[in-house]
Amino acid sequence: MSRLLTRVLLDRFVSALIVLSVMLAAIPVLVLLLFVLIKGLPGMLAPGFFTSPPHPVGVPGGGVFNAIIGTLEIVGIGSLLAVPFGTLVGIFLSEYGRNRIGDTVRFVSDVLTGLPSIAFGIFGYTVLVATLHHFSAVSASVALAVLMLPVVLRATETALVLVPQSMREAGLALGAPRWRVTIEVIVPAALGGIVTGALLAMARAAGETAPLLFTALGNDFTQVDPLQPMGALALTVFKNALLPYSDLQDQAWAAALLLVLMVAVTNILARVYVRRIQR
Amino acid sequence: MMTWANMQADVAAPTTHEAEIEIKLDARHVNFFYGDFQALQDASLAVQARKITALIGPSGCGKTTFLRIFNRMHDLTPGTRATGEVLLDGHNVLSPDIDVINLRRQVGMLFQRANPFPKSIYDNVAYGPHILGWSKQQISEIVEESLKDTGLWEEVKDRLQRSALNLSGGQQQRLCLARALAVKPEVILMDEPASALDPIATLRIEELMQELKKRYTIVIVTHNMQQSARVSDFTAFMLMNERRAGEVIEFGPTDDIFNRPKDSRTEDYITGRFG
Repeated sequence: MSRLLTRVLLDRFVSALIVLSVMLAAIPVLVLLLFVLIKGLPGMLAPGFFTSPPHPVGVPGGGVFNAIIGTLEIVGIGSLLAVPFGTLVGIFLSEYGRNRIGDTVRFVSDVLTGLPSIAFGIFGYTVLVATLHHFSAVSASVALAVLMLPVVLRATETALVLVPQSMREAGLALGAPRWRVTIEVIVPAALGGIVTGALLAMARAAGETAPLLFTALGNDFTQVDPLQPMGALALTVFKNALLPYSDLQDQAWAAALLLVLMVAVTNILARVYVRRIQR
Repeated sequence: MMTWANMQADVAAPTTHEAEIEIKLDARHVNFFYGDFQALQDASLAVQARKITALIGPSGCGKTTFLRIFNRMHDLTPGTRATGEVLLDGHNVLSPDIDVINLRRQVGMLFQRANPFPKSIYDNVAYGPHILGWSKQQISEIVEESLKDTGLWEEVKDRLQRSALNLSGGQQQRLCLARALAVKPEVILMDEPASALDPIATLRIEELMQELKKRYTIVIVTHNMQQSARVSDFTAFMLMNERRAGEVIEFGPTDDIFNRPKDSRTEDYITGRFG
């Protein structure tokens, strides 16, 4: 066999191997999405799914309106706490954190990333629920904020570190103070990565169940007061999936599908937005 | 019209001993250290106002290091230290109480690779004046003036709000020059400004330098000897010594350095025997 032929065959073989690997990685995800879609769609199309709170067990109908409001509010408040603070810490790490303090913050953040999510629930319970003697949405938000924090700050740091050093030099060489170069040149240049990181953190928070169990607790009534117990989609999935009623199980599937869609839509919107500002 | 100083120096170019020459930037016995490593040893350079002074020499001889001391860009690298004096109009820029921000406004810099901000063409040039707190009207005037000075105005006037990153490499480098000019510097440091450009774009930059030297003092680092011979009035030849520290071997009018070098090492380098 000629040398050239061997090479061509080897090339084909390796290419095929790569395609195979991609398929192996993608198939489980696609199957999972398809599964959630098929199982969730009937429940989602049921009347009142989006607009009404759950009915008592045994009473047909009912929806997850309370949980939609709850997820949006809990994750919203959590993001308001975690995103600005996490972004600032990320900026510090990248621009001023080449030292002991920076290394310590990085280490703590890495430890936080590795913590099981139920630990954040216990944290929220201890700090807010136990002291206020009351389950509340805001305690869930705090728990989720702590969970989001390492994701946000590491994403911010990574995005900023990727901005070429020459950009900083260009700003400073014009006689701009360092803080202004950071805010006016470096952060805008990395905005795409920062926004993506924040949204990833929000998406992760929206899907978490364990931190909500001891904090938001769940609520079958529509509640908007953050100091009261509140429902959330992840809690609906968790609770309804355990109940022996097929319509409620369908509702759990539908709630899971809704979570997936919310996360997907947020991500798509973010990408469109980032692409627009970077043009 | 030529200024008096210009005429004086042109007529008397080969003799640096002329009494009336105006020294804009005067580096005296500069030593520079990266931690324990000495990168520059006893480097001196007297840069004349409204002239182009070139630093040439083989890679690693400390040209860029030397240049970056003039506007204290070395401050950005932790663990560096400079000793000696660099006098800008008689004030030592290495002194700890100098206002670095003001220094960098007076001494602008053009880098090896064009580094426009990922902003619009207009905002790139406007950034320096914006930092200085100039009025909108002033900024818009200076943007136009700077873009005209760099020959970009006609090319970009209809798309000032478009991203600077869409410009060609040569245009980007001229934009960076316009951005530096917008804060009205007195000295412009250029660190191999054309090394990433094609010959035509390089020529544009070199022509611009000839225009700009009527108003600005220019120091350029280049490892392209032809470029130095083409554009500069004065040339300093630098070389690493046996301890790998950069030294200024010979400094004088470009014509002398290239045609009548005094030091045999300069001659070897100029004639292509090494480097």
